[in-house]
Amino acid sequence: MIQTELAIVGAGPAGLSAAIEARRAGADVLLIDENARPGGQLFKQIHKFFGSRAHKAGTRGINIGTELLRESQELGIRTCLKGEVCGIENGQNLWVVIDRNRSEIVKAKKIILATGATENAVAFPGWDLPGIMGAGAAQTMINVNRVLPGRKVLMLGSGNVGVIVSYQLLQAGADVVAVLEAAPKLGGYGVHTAKVARAGVPFYVSHTVKQAFGTDHVEAVEIVKLDASFNQIPGTERIMEADTVCLATGLTPLTELAWLAGCKFKYLPALGGHLPIHDDRMRTTKENIFVAGDITGIEEASTAMEEGRLAGINAAADLGYISEEEAKIRSREIWDSLNCLRSGYFGQKRRESKDLMLQTGNEVIQWKIH
Amino acid sequence: MNRIIHHPILGEKKPSKEVVIYVDDKPIIAHEGEMIAAALIANGIFINRYTLHKHKPRGIYCAIGRCTDCIMTVDGVPNIRTCITEVKEGMRITTQKGAGVWQKEDQQ
Repeated sequence: MIQTELAIVGAGPAGLSAAIEARRAGADVLLIDENARPGGQLFKQIHKFFGSRAHKAGTRGINIGTELLRESQELGIRTCLKGEVCGIENGQNLWVVIDRNRSEIVKAKKIILATGATENAVAFPGWDLPGIMGAGAAQTMINVNRVLPGRKVLMLGSGNVGVIVSYQLLQAGADVVAVLEAAPKLGGYGVHTAKVARAGVPFYVSHTVKQAFGTDHVEAVEIVKLDASFNQIPGTERIMEADTVCLATGLTPLTELAWLAGCKFKYLPALGGHLPIHDDRMRTTKENIFVAGDITGIEEASTAMEEGRLAGINAAADLGYISEEEAKIRSREIWDSLNCLRSGYFGQKRRESKDLMLQTGNEVIQWKIH
Repeated sequence: MNRIIHHPILGEKKPSKEVVIYVDDKPIIAHEGEMIAAALIANGIFINRYTLHKHKPRGIYCAIGRCTDCIMTVDGVPNIRTCITEVKEGMRITTQKGAGVWQKEDQQ
């Protein structure tokens, strides 16, 4: 058995930020991640982040990741890598399988779930052929593993992931044959979209993939135009040659551990679906369990880091390392920063959903700071 | 080869120590510390397994260890997520058919 004051599941931007804040306050922290290396998805983000300078805007995700790792090492944060958390009970025991060959129980006074998200799929005939993958999967291959999964890529989805990964595929030496968008309008930030458009990649709005062809690998794709109700318009099909199809069609929070723990959930489609209810201290309905990052709703690394800090500070306060008053002041500052990140054309919807979440959370979450 | 050597943001790929791994008994060159799935793609191998009933090919899908589409039999153990498992010198990897077969008696 391993004992710790605070166990954090997931060493991505939210988990690392939470660990740093809590450790700095003096708490004994154990950071658990199933991967061989910490950092989550930060190391594939080779583009510069948005927001204000305080939100590390203008810095590439990969550099933010390096910085967070350096800080966590300096603070001597205990890290358990290749540790898969398979179970959680009584809000304090985690069942961890380490290196796929031994079982360990981690007994923690507080737990922060920062498990992140996974990519959505779109099923069309042939979608399961090798060569068809999540856009984030292609991004991992080119930027982390430095291998090209294909030469002629068709991107489905024009949101930020779609256009950012399209541009990074071009940087890696691939050809992006087209970006398709089912909606009548493009979905990503103008800056990222424009870079892809300037590179000569054609964009097709109101289009989707009808089917993919190939035997051992995707070889071609049939695309089709959609009407205002997203129905395929017969006769508008055309064939495009491609050896890779990337699906950039949104993400879903990885909430399994929160379900297992017995947390209550709320459905907020603008944030990615069913989410564990949390309050403004990132506490869930289950005593001693906090959440941070994409598990609380699909957003960006910048918001995940701020939420991680919130959870870390409040867990440390709950453990007695930070006074109630200080935790309140620092939380308020972070909320100001989060509200700033959740403003504008792209952030407004998320802000509204987050406000609904907090309203519910602050109402139903009863357990008190000890 | 599908390795990205030059990159406008990440710079030149640093030289890596090469290791030999075996895929269906055929030796291929991998780079120390990289994931099995990446080594396969670098060597032009895109099929990781065939499905149980319809024997359809599957390759990587999520590349972060969530979807299990890239599972293979590694050193006699089936259902290993190759996208998050590092290569090791002399590793023996088999294209998995269906649920795979445990090849080591002591691990049954």
